[in-house]
Amino acid sequence: MAKELKLMKGNEAIAEAAIRSGCDGYFGYPITPQSEVMEYLMAEKPWERTGMVVLQAESETSSINMVYGGAGVGKKVMTSSSSPGISLMAEGLTYLAGAELPALVVNVVRGGPGLGTIQPSQADYFQATKGGGHGDYQLFVLAPATVQEMYDFVFLGWEIAFKYRNPVMILSDGAIGQVMEKLYVGDYVPRWTDEELRKNAPWASFGKPADRDHHIITSLELDSAKQEQHNHKLQAKYREMEEKEVRFEAINCDDADYIFVAYGSSARIAEKAMQLGKEKGYKIGILRLITLFPFPKKKIAELSTKVKGMLAVEMSAGQMVEDVRLAAQFRCPVEHFGRYGGIIHTPQEVLEALEEKIIKRK
Amino acid sequence: MFNQDIVKPENLVYKKTDVLTDKIMHYCPGCGHGTTHRIIAEVIEEMGIQDKAICIAPVGCSVLAYNYFEVDSLGAAHGRAPALATAIQRLNPDHHTFTYQGDGDLAAIGTAETIHACNRGENIVIIFINNGIYGMTGGQMAPTTLIGMQTATSPYGRTVELNGYPLQITELLAQLPGTYFVTRQSVHTSAAVRKAKKAVRQAFENQKNKKGTSFVEVVSNCNSGWKMTAPKANEWMVENMFVKYPIGDIKVDGEIVQK
Ligand SMILES: Cc1ncc(C[n+]2csc(CCOP(=O)(O)OP(=O)(O)O)c2C)c(N)n1
Ligand code: SF4
Repeated sequence: MAKELKLMKGNEAIAEAAIRSGCDGYFGYPITPQSEVMEYLMAEKPWERTGMVVLQAESETSSINMVYGGAGVGKKVMTSSSSPGISLMAEGLTYLAGAELPALVVNVVRGGPGLGTIQPSQADYFQATKGGGHGDYQLFVLAPATVQEMYDFVFLGWEIAFKYRNPVMILSDGAIGQVMEKLYVGDYVPRWTDEELRKNAPWASFGKPADRDHHIITSLELDSAKQEQHNHKLQAKYREMEEKEVRFEAINCDDADYIFVAYGSSARIAEKAMQLGKEKGYKIGILRLITLFPFPKKKIAELSTKVKGMLAVEMSAGQMVEDVRLAAQFRCPVEHFGRYGGIIHTPQEVLEALEEKIIKRK
Repeated sequence: MFNQDIVKPENLVYKKTDVLTDKIMHYCPGCGHGTTHRIIAEVIEEMGIQDKAICIAPVGCSVLAYNYFEVDSLGAAHGRAPALATAIQRLNPDHHTFTYQGDGDLAAIGTAETIHACNRGENIVIIFINNGIYGMTGGQMAPTTLIGMQTATSPYGRTVELNGYPLQITELLAQLPGTYFVTRQSVHTSAAVRKAKKAVRQAFENQKNKKGTSFVEVVSNCNSGWKMTAPKANEWMVENMFVKYPIGDIKVDGEIVQK
């Protein structure tokens, strides 16, 4: 694949990846700090080049339901928003999961609660990984740490979404959305032809040919026994994801005494903190999570038997740390550190927290 | 004469359209939902667009409409059908995407989706069943409930003080430049059914010619919710509903019909 070097904002990388990955439709509603996604698409006019539809909806409620419609007819469709908008999408997300529809949803997280702040945050971890909408469902959650990953995860997102017929969320934050970095972009993947769509999404409601019964896309099942069966099927799918799709990056973990568990922006800050710690003689490793669901339970369990402690670093009051603790099962101390409400912690603060909460703890 | 002597192709006077499945409808006897389904299905058959028709079912009594239309379908969340239809039709401009929605779905929880889809002039067909009540959830007040009408949540009759005015959303939508055809019909007599079918046909023809939004309201009874027999419900509908919601075309070929 031919590679081309570009300089872009994370949000622009999402938009460029959409066009290059053969996306059929983007539906969105402006909100800081992710508005550049739609602005870039509107300026690029991909409908003239690839036929991709781009539409500004009247609300996030509408944009996620436009995504539901497009996904239901087998198209590669996506939306992006930031925290308050994702809350409005909660209904649509659980419907997508219930109806088993593939779709891509990007959350460029800002500080909350409520209208909060437009500065970066990681306080939507619970919302992304534990529901947000009602019912027993899971999104597949990818956490990019670089502009390159913003781009790459759009491609990966389509793959996972269609493989499992499940919505995929790219959980980013205002820092990665806004920062400009170099990235490599690849060749254009053409949008699916009608024939390819019928092959890749044979279940979809794309219009009933004479030789088959009609297709119905729905999350409704009035018979509880069947609804329980449907839930069993969904759970089996989520367990399969946990078995096959866990992704992380283990940096210097092999002989580490201490581990920073982090994702996205916090993982990059933790990397700097690791270097500062090295100067002080600490052996620190980083477990950078790439999939937040499925969560790397096994890797954390394994590390918890070898290290003296783990610090979950996240820009929230302590959300991911709960999953780290569950996986570590008290085999080692697990503590949390993070600034939040739109404040980004410094590497020094992270290292100090490690010293105070774990290294020097009595 | 025996049955088999009569049931012969040459004696056929009426055949259920193949665009309806053979599933037994769950609607209350005498309810307008079933008849409205039939005329939509017949229009789809007559126009030969079954392979291109996409039905968006709402949340309401017609939540299972997708079980009856033999076309590819999607069930929307409550009120969101026009958003689904917007995307589907834009992604497949030669398809025939239509929504089928009740008054709670279209004129309460889905008002924003309805107005904006119509205002953008989405090339979709919207079929709107106005029965002045929430049938499915047990007869609560709808935005279209008439003043004085008793429902489960207006047990002493709807009042302006407490609940505001019945919403004539169809007249409102006709004001939007995106709507091309806006009409109000009913299906309580065979003459009305014929007219309603003509209107539905017009709506799908407009869509074929990419004219923008076509909106067909069907004023219908909810005999269960109104707690009346079906014939009584139809009488009450003519005497009361038709006063607030008069039958006839409101906008044709993009022009408001002057009365
Ligand atoms: C978000 C949400 N709120 C409420 C409901 C409950 N609910 C189901 S149907 C309905 C009203 C339907 O009334 P209408 O649209 O008038 O259709 P009808 O049943 O009269 O045909 C309501 C409130 C729901 N399913 N989803
Ligand atoms: S409850 Fe009312 S709207 Fe629903 S099927 Fe019965 S009569 Fe029709």
